Amino acid sequence: MTLLSARNLVKDFGGLRAVNVEAFDLPAGEIRAVIGPNGAGKTTFVSLLCGRLPPSSGTIRFEDTDITRLPAHERVARGIAYTFQITSIYPNLSLLDNVMLPAQRRASLNGTADAAARAAEALERVGLTDRAQEMAGVQAYGHQRLLEVAMGLALSPKLLILDEPTQGLAEGEIETFIALIRDVAQDATVLLIEHNMSVVMALAERITVMNFGEVLAEGTPDEIRANTDVQTAYLGG
Amino acid sequence: MKPDRALLLHLAVIAALFAMQYVLPAYHQGNLARILVLATFATGYNILFGYTGLLSLGHALFFAAGMYGAGMTMRFLDWPALAAFPAGIVAATLLAGMIGALALRTTGVAFMIVTLMFAQAGYLTILYFNEFTRGDEGFVIVQATRNILGFDLSNDDVRFVAAWLIFSVGLLVALAVVRSRMGRVLVAIRENEERTRMLGFDPFPYKLSAVALSGAYAGAAGAAYALLFGSVGASFASIQYSIEPLLFVLLGGTGVVLGPLVGAIVIFYLIEYAREVTTAYLIVVGVALVLLILFARKGVLGSLRRRTDGWLP
Repeated sequence: MTLLSARNLVKDFGGLRAVNVEAFDLPAGEIRAVIGPNGAGKTTFVSLLCGRLPPSSGTIRFEDTDITRLPAHERVARGIAYTFQITSIYPNLSLLDNVMLPAQRRASLNGTADAAARAAEALERVGLTDRAQEMAGVQAYGHQRLLEVAMGLALSPKLLILDEPTQGLAEGEIETFIALIRDVAQDATVLLIEHNMSVVMALAERITVMNFGEVLAEGTPDEIRANTDVQTAYLGG
Repeated sequence: MKPDRALLLHLAVIAALFAMQYVLPAYHQGNLARILVLATFATGYNILFGYTGLLSLGHALFFAAGMYGAGMTMRFLDWPALAAFPAGIVAATLLAGMIGALALRTTGVAFMIVTLMFAQAGYLTILYFNEFTRGDEGFVIVQATRNILGFDLSNDDVRFVAAWLIFSVGLLVALAVVRSRMGRVLVAIRENEERTRMLGFDPFPYKLSAVALSGAYAGAAGAAYALLFGSVGASFASIQYSIEPLLFVLLGGTGVVLGPLVGAIVIFYLIEYAREVTTAYLIVVGVALVLLILFARKGVLGSLRRRTDGWLP
């Protein structure tokens, strides 16, 4: 079953066509990586999917419903969560308060009263329970990245979009992170923008390669590794 | 159960304020009544500016809307004070809701400018309809009509208790709001609006509620001012009354519920004493603000909160 699909999705910034994706389909339950050189339009592309940016033209469907015109917060309500490339947390709030907000949102959307349990579980999953009462802003960078993911998890998303989650993490932290995403993928679809190829190869079931705003190739990690177009895009022709 | 020390502190402050009427000489009791009304105004303003992060320069208009909402219904419709007071609150809340809906299309400096322009337009409108509003010289509400349930609001003691009551209700409501689910979202919007949107919250209704709620406080304060002190006029819609709540909040502590009270007391007496020394008394306020920015940027209570593990709401 296709969870998310995009057709003829275009985003222009003035004269620059930043994204021009003819067809993109993401089956439910998959871990998909989006890779591509800097400036390939990856972040812009997922920003269109989650509603941070409106597309210039094209359609996006989520669970067989057209969501192209829905504002971001309504897409979140339907189950699309986005974690930011540049860590975007509430530095002056405690870790618990940071995850409480999305937990409350999900609880009120579901009509349940389990916000506190959800928040605690989200911190537990990323291993930050011990620090729940500490201020987010004073945490080490790696912990802030994990908090960012926990905020996404507290929304219990159907689709979790991670924008370069391992950027700036140490080797050991990346190991933990890979295990975390495998765990998350048990009950959510994951769309991952990632530069670190070992992370991509360890996690992704399929890979979409973008270049100049377009989809250059799509396939399994082995197919992508063998693809000469991709090699050219990355290594220069 | 752990005692709710934040609630206890606020109740203690309310009790202490009540006791002031037995301690203070009549002159200062009158001052404190005025301070409490202005502090109510600033307490609402703090919800918008301190907790939601929206800096309005137009709240004088909502103060005046409360004042005229009460004053005009008494003057032209002969409404009793008991009905005129809520009329003032309703007028201010509706006006704040309408202006908020328009002004919130902007953010940051543009929001300041748009709210300022609305307030100036309102001020000039009051003067334009001078025939009805007596905007230029103001009008006096007949003393005999200034009573509620038999209590004469022009009586010093009654006036003090009325001002204390309005402030106390306002303070407790503000405490409840900032500690509620909505309060958390307001702070989240202040801290990081884009993030809050991506957590599934639509910021607009929250921001609009904050504008309307602060408008209701301004209206309650304006209506109370009209009833307690008997005067209504356009000068209360002037820029000075938009700046005052901002000053009170900045000095007392932005985003601290008790901040506006502290700010109002300090600035009121600062001006009071500076006036005796010099006609350029505003320079004293200016110096105080410069010192504040240099040494206690979070205001008196905001700086104190940093030393108390942040439990002060």
